[in-house]
Amino acid sequence: MTVIIWIAEGTWPACVDAARRLVAADADIVLLHVSGGEDPAAAHGAYAGLLGRGRPERDPGRMMEAAAAASARELLDAAARRLARPARPAERRGSVKHEVVAAAEGADLLIVARDGDASRLGPKSLGKASRFVVDHAPCPVLLVWPGEPPGTATMPPPPGAKGGPPHHRGHRDHPPRPGQDHPPRPRKPGD
Amino acid sequence: MPARCHRPGEVTVLDTAAAEAVSAGLLVAVLACAVVRPWGWPEAVVAVPAAALVIATGAISPHRAWAQAQRLGPVIGFLAAVLVLAQLCDDEGLFRACGAWLARGCAGQPRRLLARVFVIASVITAVLSLDATVVLLTPVVFATAARVGVRTRPHVYACTHLANSASLLLPVSNLTNLLAFAASGLSFTRYAGLMALPWLAAIGTEYVAFRRFFRNDLNATAAPPPAAEPAEVPRVALVVLAGTLAGFAATSLAGINPAWAAAAGAAVLAAAALVRRETTPAAIYRAAGVPFLVFVVCLGLVVAAVTVNGLGGALGRVMPAGTSLPALLATAALAAAAANVINNLPAVLVLIPLAAASGPGAVLAVLLGANIGPNLTYAGSLATLLWRRVLREHDAEPGLGEFTRLGLLTVPAGLLLATTALWAALHVIGG
Repeated sequence: MTVIIWIAEGTWPACVDAARRLVAADADIVLLHVSGGEDPAAAHGAYAGLLGRGRPERDPGRMMEAAAAASARELLDAAARRLARPARPAERRGSVKHEVVAAAEGADLLIVARDGDASRLGPKSLGKASRFVVDHAPCPVLLVWPGEPPGTATMPPPPGAKGGPPHHRGHRDHPPRPGQDHPPRPRKPGD
Repeated sequence: MPARCHRPGEVTVLDTAAAEAVSAGLLVAVLACAVVRPWGWPEAVVAVPAAALVIATGAISPHRAWAQAQRLGPVIGFLAAVLVLAQLCDDEGLFRACGAWLARGCAGQPRRLLARVFVIASVITAVLSLDATVVLLTPVVFATAARVGVRTRPHVYACTHLANSASLLLPVSNLTNLLAFAASGLSFTRYAGLMALPWLAAIGTEYVAFRRFFRNDLNATAAPPPAAEPAEVPRVALVVLAGTLAGFAATSLAGINPAWAAAAGAAVLAAAALVRRETTPAAIYRAAGVPFLVFVVCLGLVVAAVTVNGLGGALGRVMPAGTSLPALLATAALAAAAANVINNLPAVLVLIPLAAASGPGAVLAVLLGANIGPNLTYAGSLATLLWRRVLREHDAEPGLGEFTRLGLLTVPAGLLLATTALWAALHVIGG
């Protein structure tokens, strides 16, 4: 059984802890980190905006590219230490959400932390990246809260007294609206 | 309107229309070379011959060229001193110390870190110029955010945005300010007094926008192992910077060019570093960015040629007159638009002489537009942005849509609030 743990800055410990608790000891575990490269690119852009400075060796984006690679390695090392089990590190570059989905191809489980606004339980607790990954993952997804899961007491009561359908946990703030449930769509190869 | 005044004995090779065409062509070549940098050429390689050509063809008279060079000389001297000062502060460990201060108590606290990044980036930009924030501070902020285990993007983007929008406070904060300062007739302290409120308004707008725009990233927290960071306070650099700031005020009161205060600060730090053998004269020369200074003077000459041969008259008709709030808003919007087409440097060179006719308030409104406006695109202007898209030099570009949405959130609101603050300051302090 191959399990991919998506190691994302800020939320990764929850995924690693979930793997320690729930994944069989003999599973093949992959620690996946994806570098989006936005920060070095923003620095490249800011330097390019300084007209006339020339001197490409002073471009701060260059230094940040090296620092980003080093910090990705440190993050994967920290995750491996916390996991305290044999695991393979995997580093990818590109569009984060697309790379995570692509990396999950052929896996048996993908562990993902919510990356949205955790203070607002409901649809917004899934940010754009985790929403995309959950929608497009080619395997089962284990979705974990980055911190302590909220108790059931935080769930709002069902709307009205008409006996509507019981609420999905992810939609506890609002009743589901048309189009919000993202019905399965045919996936193109490589999507 | 008459495009230019001919002086007796002046040699004119071209008529006004031809002179305008030649100057405009040369300006396009200079700017294109600065954006594209063919074969890695320094920008001055095209700018110097272009400046020589506008003089040789009579597109700008030697007398006018000399007057323009005299105006720009002290400006680039001031700029060189600030560039050297920033580099020497970096050598002294100022930016490492900034990183340590940012990290302290911010492990797993992205919102607290963002607030500190806003303080540091705003102060560094104001005192040591936007170059220091982009080149020296941004990598430190990135490394710090990664080390304390928070998502780096809001903090890095804050640096790139504040390098523009927090570069309003002092004449030294931005080359555009230095150019305007020389033309405005304001004293250093008066300039700072008038721009303090707009500066705070621009930073406040950015902060509110960033807290909203990046709320998901600012919620994602994981407590990392505490990273011990030795934080040596760079006392010499801080004392010299404080002395330089006091020098700005003192020279201003004494009626001396504040560039001398910057030069003195740079000289003290340079002497200290040379004595300790921590720098070399060659390194100080490199820090001054001489090819860049030459480029600025030559660009100024070519822009002057374009302006006197017709562009000035044409733009003078669309330039709002006066310093009423609507006029200031229109002036700032025009400057922001001009800055976004090519770059804010040529935009300021063109617009400042026209705005100067309406007084210092209009000059400062041009700066609000020229300094805040470039945040609409992540590379400062459409020209640079398009060229970077063509080039695809780096395999990852920031999400253009995301950066533009952030710019649309901060720039119009920032311009509106900062310009209103300027209008209020002009009424309270007086232009």
